[in-house]
Amino acid sequence: MLRVEGLDLFYGDAQALDGVTFEVKEREIVAVVGANGAGKSSLIRTIHGMHRPRAGSIRFEGRDIVGQPSHRICELGIGQVAEGRQIFPSLTVLENLEMGAALRRARAQEKASLERVFGLFPRLAERRRQAAGTLSGGEQQMLAIGRCLMGCPRLVMFDEPSLGLAPIVVYDVFEVIRRLNREEGITVVLVEQNVAQSLRFADRGYVIENGRIVMEGSGPALLADDGIRRAYVGL
Amino acid sequence: MLIGHPPRPAIAMTFDLVLNVAAAGILTGLVYGLMALGLSVIFGVTRIVNFAHGEMMTAAMYGAVLLFATVKLDPLLAAIPIGAALAVFGYALQSAVINPFIDRPEHSQFMLMVAVAIVLVNGLLMIFGPNAQNVMVGYAFDSYQLGPLLIDATRAYAGAAALLVAGLLFAFFRFARLGKAIRACADNQFGAAVVGLPVKRLYALTFALGSACLGVAGCLLVLMIDVSPPLGPAMTLLAFVIVIVGGLGSMTGALVGGVLIGLSEALAGLVVPPSAKSMVSFAILILVLLFRPQGLVGRRA
Repeated sequence: MLRVEGLDLFYGDAQALDGVTFEVKEREIVAVVGANGAGKSSLIRTIHGMHRPRAGSIRFEGRDIVGQPSHRICELGIGQVAEGRQIFPSLTVLENLEMGAALRRARAQEKASLERVFGLFPRLAERRRQAAGTLSGGEQQMLAIGRCLMGCPRLVMFDEPSLGLAPIVVYDVFEVIRRLNREEGITVVLVEQNVAQSLRFADRGYVIENGRIVMEGSGPALLADDGIRRAYVGL
Repeated sequence: MLIGHPPRPAIAMTFDLVLNVAAAGILTGLVYGLMALGLSVIFGVTRIVNFAHGEMMTAAMYGAVLLFATVKLDPLLAAIPIGAALAVFGYALQSAVINPFIDRPEHSQFMLMVAVAIVLVNGLLMIFGPNAQNVMVGYAFDSYQLGPLLIDATRAYAGAAALLVAGLLFAFFRFARLGKAIRACADNQFGAAVVGLPVKRLYALTFALGSACLGVAGCLLVLMIDVSPPLGPAMTLLAFVIVIVGGLGSMTGALVGGVLIGLSEALAGLVVPPSAKSMVSFAILILVLLFRPQGLVGRRA
């Protein structure tokens, strides 16, 4: 479904991604794990058209999307739940969700999408008239996910969805991602610092270090690897 | 012999006089508010400070003068085509000239806008010359009696029209999907890109809207004051004073600031020579900067 090949990204002279190659198949959950600053967010943002790579190709369903602006890429069905949630704090919960459905591909289903999101997150329905900035961190993460779903994406890239959340809320977030994958067939790219949890959760995983993919494999296989256990899991 | 100001005629400073001057000041202030609203909306969303604001409005005023001189179009009606023309100009300016500057440092944005302002004001000077021009509508000397108040028809219409346009703008941002999308961009530009809002196009639309406000404000203002090219920089400065007093980026603040500055200018005209009345506006500016730097209505950044 998504195929990234030989991706190089520079910020000025600093290289952020170095020949990154990876692949996501339809209905998969793929985790990209690595330390802070390894290039995980850069990868997601480059796929989403926010940074322009110096070299490499990004193909979504066979079509090269490098150089397209973000809103076009969203129209193709690639959604992003960004790091730090990135909600609109002064807009109400409902207005935030409406903005997610501003895409042409999503407008016709706006009502149905809203019911689906409220079904998934009853808390958001209760607070629909409230300014989004007044929600708790966990609720804001739910809103960010809901807002992304309003755009009817077929592939969603989650950037550090567990960051800054209480463990119990992290569990809820992962549970929601699993449901979206199993029940609605949404393909998932999960970028996380929380290595153990996301590898346990994913079908396949990639380990990224200094902008380079250093290892790939099934989630359990990576988890069993000694190097990874020592470097990331702390066991 | 004493040399200085010629003796001013003694006017009895009655309560009625003060009341009348205050009413006129508030009405003028609403038009100022609409002008400042344009600046505030543009800054609030794009973070671009439009240093060509007054110059663009002056161009709109000349447009109104021209339409009146050629086809006898009342400036109140000319506000529609001129508002539209300014919107087109604003959209083009943002998408062709300013968008490439969005990620550049502020001083280069500043120089860009100052350059646009200088080009505009000199263009006006070349086309229209340095002399003041005005519009003499049929109702220029009409007035309405409201108890002790005697209100100029031109000022009443201009104030009401400014309020109407401001109201439409508020409704647009509150209820229209496009208005909400622009607010979303102002709230969180990165978040807007994440959900797939076309941020650059929305910026251009915002610039168009702010410019349309200016176009309308220019047409209304030409009913009340003469226009000459140097009015441009003066109005840019005035718009800045108003948005800073009201609160940068706050729409209500722009209107409140406009009314306050209009009122204070008018009342100051009672006690100081007209050429010195902007002194009071700047005194207010200094007080606001000292004691409430976020502006009267603004939130603390």
